[in-house]
Amino acid sequence: MDLLSKLLAEKDWLMADGATGTNLFNRGLEAGEAPELWNVDQPEKIKALYQDAVDSGSDIFLTNSFGGTAARLKLHNAQHRVRELNKAAAELGREVADKAGRPVVVAGSVGPTGEIFEPLGPLSHGEAVEMFQEQGAALMEGGADVLWLETISAPEEYRAAAEAFANIDAPWVGTMSFDTAGRTMMGMTSSGMVEMVQGIENRPLGFGANCGVGASDLLRTIQGFAAANPEVPIVAKGNAGIPKFVHGHIHYDGTPELMGQYAVMVRNSGAKIIGGCCGTMPEHLVAMRKALEETPMGPPPTDAEITEVLGGFSSASDGTGDAPAPKRVRRRRK
Amino acid sequence: MSDEEDDLILDELDDAELVLQMHDDLYDGMSDEIAEAVHILLKRDWTPYDILTKALVEGMRIVGIDFRDGILFVPEVLLAAGAMKKGMHILKPLLVETGAPQLGKVVIGTVKGDIHDIGKNLVAMMMEGAGFEIIDLGINNPVEDYIDALKREKADILGMSALLTTTMPYMKIVIDTMVEQGIRDDYIVLVGGAPLNEEFGKAIGSDAYCRDAAVAVETAKEFMARKHNQA
Repeated sequence: MDLLSKLLAEKDWLMADGATGTNLFNRGLEAGEAPELWNVDQPEKIKALYQDAVDSGSDIFLTNSFGGTAARLKLHNAQHRVRELNKAAAELGREVADKAGRPVVVAGSVGPTGEIFEPLGPLSHGEAVEMFQEQGAALMEGGADVLWLETISAPEEYRAAAEAFANIDAPWVGTMSFDTAGRTMMGMTSSGMVEMVQGIENRPLGFGANCGVGASDLLRTIQGFAAANPEVPIVAKGNAGIPKFVHGHIHYDGTPELMGQYAVMVRNSGAKIIGGCCGTMPEHLVAMRKALEETPMGPPPTDAEITEVLGGFSSASDGTGDAPAPKRVRRRRK
Repeated sequence: MSDEEDDLILDELDDAELVLQMHDDLYDGMSDEIAEAVHILLKRDWTPYDILTKALVEGMRIVGIDFRDGILFVPEVLLAAGAMKKGMHILKPLLVETGAPQLGKVVIGTVKGDIHDIGKNLVAMMMEGAGFEIIDLGINNPVEDYIDALKREKADILGMSALLTTTMPYMKIVIDTMVEQGIRDDYIVLVGGAPLNEEFGKAIGSDAYCRDAAVAVETAKEFMARKHNQA
């Protein structure tokens, strides 16, 4: 049995990690540079990133391979280095996890290709499967426990990755980013995602939401998942608040205390794997772990409680529920 | 023909009906029907400019409203933009021939350091769909590339996109450089990207922050109208 399945069976909840990008920029990554190159060029810094997650109490951390598909690496003329860079990302993770003194899951991060699928865009299903498979195989070869698909918008892309991971028989988790009026950019609702996930042959070990708009929207999405009674555990990885431009610098407004409250609220809403995304630093993770350990399970927060603690929603509705979707009346043709 | 609604014959509709039908067909992304209707209106001696503005641009405006309001999502908008493009393909040479006024020329690209281009691509597709001419500089653009393209292309609008909080501040560098060169006010500067907001757009000296592709199109049209009024 893979490590994540084992931990999911043993524990009520698991804590994942925080931001990769934000933390790497703080370690000196230059904007525009491919973070994945650091797996080979700056391995000590990548190990330090992983170590921070372990030291902050994470049960799971994601590898530095988000942009590791050939489609993304191509932007840096590194499309021929998919195997090398992804394998290195996982090997460094393995090294850190094996020394942790407790079971820690190395999750091989797989991000979107950045291409739009046919017929609207240029990417074919076959090409997408091939790219995900190439990356996934390298991450598993490097010692990842599971593959971790994240920040996906298009259902076609989620399914293509699922197929790729089935081809290499890898356990996986897959989350989408709900950032447009409560849906993904491509229009997927939270309940729609549950339906899609349960219809996939090689079901993921966990599914859910990451990134997106703010913690409030993410909570509403998690509650949307829970309302659809999924048979697969829910993952919540929200951003540490909303970025603000202060004195020429960018700063996420979510404090560690707020992220602690967010963690408890998503767990009460039904999430089993809880982490952060952009802006989530080690101090946020420490506060989240502490809040999760010290706060007993409670009822899911109401919309009013969510907005009071975490701020308002970005849209009135999230596209789920009984309210009929607004439609424009057409003339004759269907 | 299983459905009698499929039997709708565009050429039998009067002009007003046909234009409304085109709005619907754009909304539904029916590109063949749009091409057919464009040809019909041309045969009825409509000017290419009237077809562009009254049928196509107006139809895309409706699409933009429903995208903004969360009724349509990216896939539907891309289909509509594809249909618009097919209509534009017919009209473009005729517009040039007749010397019709241009909606505007836009230089667009993600800023230096930013390799995230989906949002930028959507804006470019929707702007093109709305009738603008697009010069797409792609990703990771240093300030010189933006300024060279603006001058070379005699563009009206600069559109900059950033997805990373670490790359957002570069937009200010571009605008500051334009100010130094005394060309800032020659162009409309629009900025966008997931982590941005209106406050940021103001703080760096852009003309407007555009929340999404639909807002970008509306804002661009608004500023172009103001520019024409001044001229």
